[in-house]
Amino acid sequence: MVEVGVSRTRHQDRVRPPVRSSYAMELAVHFRGAVSFLGRFPALTGVDLDVGPGEVVLLRGPNGAGKTTLLRCCAALVRVSAGEAVVLGHELVGASAEVRRSLRRRVGLLGHGAGLYDELTVADNVTFWARAGGADPVDAEAAMVQLGLDGRLRHLAVGRLSAGQRRRTSLAVMLARRPALWLLDEPHAGLDQTGRDVIDRLILDARAAGVTVLIASHELDRAEAVATRTVTLVGGSVLGAPPTPGSARSPIAAPVDRAQDEVVDRVP
Amino acid sequence: MFRDAALVAGKDLRLELRSRVGVAQVAPFALLMLILFAFALDPDRAVLQRATAGLYWVAVLFSALLAIQRAFAVESDEGVRDALRLSGLDPAGIFLGKVAAIAIQLLVLEVLLLGGVVVLYNAEPSGFALLVPTCLSATLGLAAAGCIYGVLAAGLRVKETILPLLLLPVLAPVLIAATQAFEAALGGATGEGWRWLGLLLVFAAAYVALGFGTFGLLLEES
Repeated sequence: MVEVGVSRTRHQDRVRPPVRSSYAMELAVHFRGAVSFLGRFPALTGVDLDVGPGEVVLLRGPNGAGKTTLLRCCAALVRVSAGEAVVLGHELVGASAEVRRSLRRRVGLLGHGAGLYDELTVADNVTFWARAGGADPVDAEAAMVQLGLDGRLRHLAVGRLSAGQRRRTSLAVMLARRPALWLLDEPHAGLDQTGRDVIDRLILDARAAGVTVLIASHELDRAEAVATRTVTLVGGSVLGAPPTPGSARSPIAAPVDRAQDEVVDRVP
Repeated sequence: MFRDAALVAGKDLRLELRSRVGVAQVAPFALLMLILFAFALDPDRAVLQRATAGLYWVAVLFSALLAIQRAFAVESDEGVRDALRLSGLDPAGIFLGKVAAIAIQLLVLEVLLLGGVVVLYNAEPSGFALLVPTCLSATLGLAAAGCIYGVLAAGLRVKETILPLLLLPVLAPVLIAATQAFEAALGGATGEGWRWLGLLLVFAAAYVALGFGTFGLLLEES
């Protein structure tokens, strides 16, 4: 671990200049040798991934494989230290605050946390986040209807909701903002059968509407049914996905790989 | 930016109205402090009256800590900080909105405490021409500095205990200047008080400017 930390400083000095290939810009997500650290831990150790517009990609892999970090990188919540990373035409390596903000407006993340204010009602939460994202309050209303939150639930404080109802509220927030890229981290977790069906239907609707979706999930049966493609992550990189011709693996990936192998060995 | 500020301030005030933390906890805490000071100094009424301005602002300062801590605790709940960063809200707008919401709460509290010092310490409010701008500028300074250190502390694991440690030394100039100006206003000799008001205005302007420049970075990196 100490060696990795030392390497990190060296790696950060070698951050590549941003790339501007039209190929990368046309894709919804383009990662090549992307490296990301959580503190001193190399969470992504050279991810190669291309996702076209309108694709629904399932990210699978063991705990600690880097699925959540990859989603958070796509939302510009975690920095990509090296390699290439372009999301919805935004170059993330060395991205300015303005670029990150611009990307975040177009991305919806359903993460582990609900991202809701407990004391506010469902309607207050959905309306606030929708307006914060520049969405029309009408979209907030429509999202609540779509998620079955338009009845008595809309006036209930979020802190009094069940886990499933909170999840549905988070989803309504995401829907109301109409993002071009959905990042769903364990979307089925904590939901009952009906809730899971609602999620699947929403993903299929999004797919039909040309929205790009990345799903990190351990519920493979459900997620594979709605995905157009499955990608496996192990130890912070994509398994069995060689770089496309002409794009070299990040020069920093090799030393990190060695550290990562040691880390993966310890992952239960 | 102002649209974002209004949105955030409205949300924070609505949160406050729904949770009633200010009414049920912060205000009683502040009044309790005034009462305890009165108990401690009551045998010497003259000391109590001389110290009215200082005790008033000490009570405001400690109550402000609670309000600031609360304002950022709600942004630290599961996933809310990420949601705030993902929202696309202008960081300067978030800063301004949170400053406005905290300042409004503090101003209400200051009015309440003013009633408290009148009843408990026999203070006779006068010099309103100085008193009002003193309260406004000190409140703005408290809220602006509080927001900067609040967002910084909210990103730390020891956020509950670190905020007073970071913030109280920074707010010492506000305590001193507000006390002096307040004392001058209460005593009716406002001449000296205007200089202290000037210091409060400089402090408030400096921290508002600092907040505009750094809040986004602190929200992002802390």
